[in-house]
Amino acid sequence: MSAMSAMLLEILVSLFLLASAFFTLAGSIGLARLPDFYTRLHGPTKATTLGVGGMLVASVLYFSARGEWLSLNELLITMFLFITAPISAYLLAQAALHLRVRDVSGGADKSKHPGQ
Amino acid sequence: MLAAAITIALAAISLAMLLNLWRLLCGPDLPDRILALDTLYINTIALLVLLGIHFDSLVYFEVSLLIAMMGFIGTVVFSKYVLRGDVIE
Repeated sequence: MSAMSAMLLEILVSLFLLASAFFTLAGSIGLARLPDFYTRLHGPTKATTLGVGGMLVASVLYFSARGEWLSLNELLITMFLFITAPISAYLLAQAALHLRVRDVSGGADKSKHPGQ
Repeated sequence: MLAAAITIALAAISLAMLLNLWRLLCGPDLPDRILALDTLYINTIALLVLLGIHFDSLVYFEVSLLIAMMGFIGTVVFSKYVLRGDVIE
């Protein structure tokens, strides 16, 4: 590999790493700072999943350039995470509704009993 | 340059994991703690992938795949336990 393309690859991998680290941190700050559970659910399930996906794309680029052929193993994790994140978010929201976790307005929905 | 980017990303993810740990320890409700655990394992996957690039090794891939599967099963089981009071009905 020529020095030019090696440097280009390094820049690309670094950009992906920094962007995904930013998204991961943003998701966790959202988890720590948002006011109630239903808003807190948004940070990790969207921003952090995108951050991990970007990091795995950076890993695919890096190891594809290192090895002889395309290294698509990491896409397996990306796909798995992108499939499972909405499922776990749905189940968590259902559990919170079942426990009647209070929302940002101060009171949970008392009109009916969700989850049953 | 790649080493500097990896260092910054490691610092960011470590900070993110500390924030998750804080939410895990003092989350007011049970779903908050489950959500913090969920985010913690996703951040662990990011950390492991980053370490794989840093140490130039493919071993970390298998570890992160296992953590992804087990973490998802853990989240589902915790939520089911909260919902039903039982894991296997």
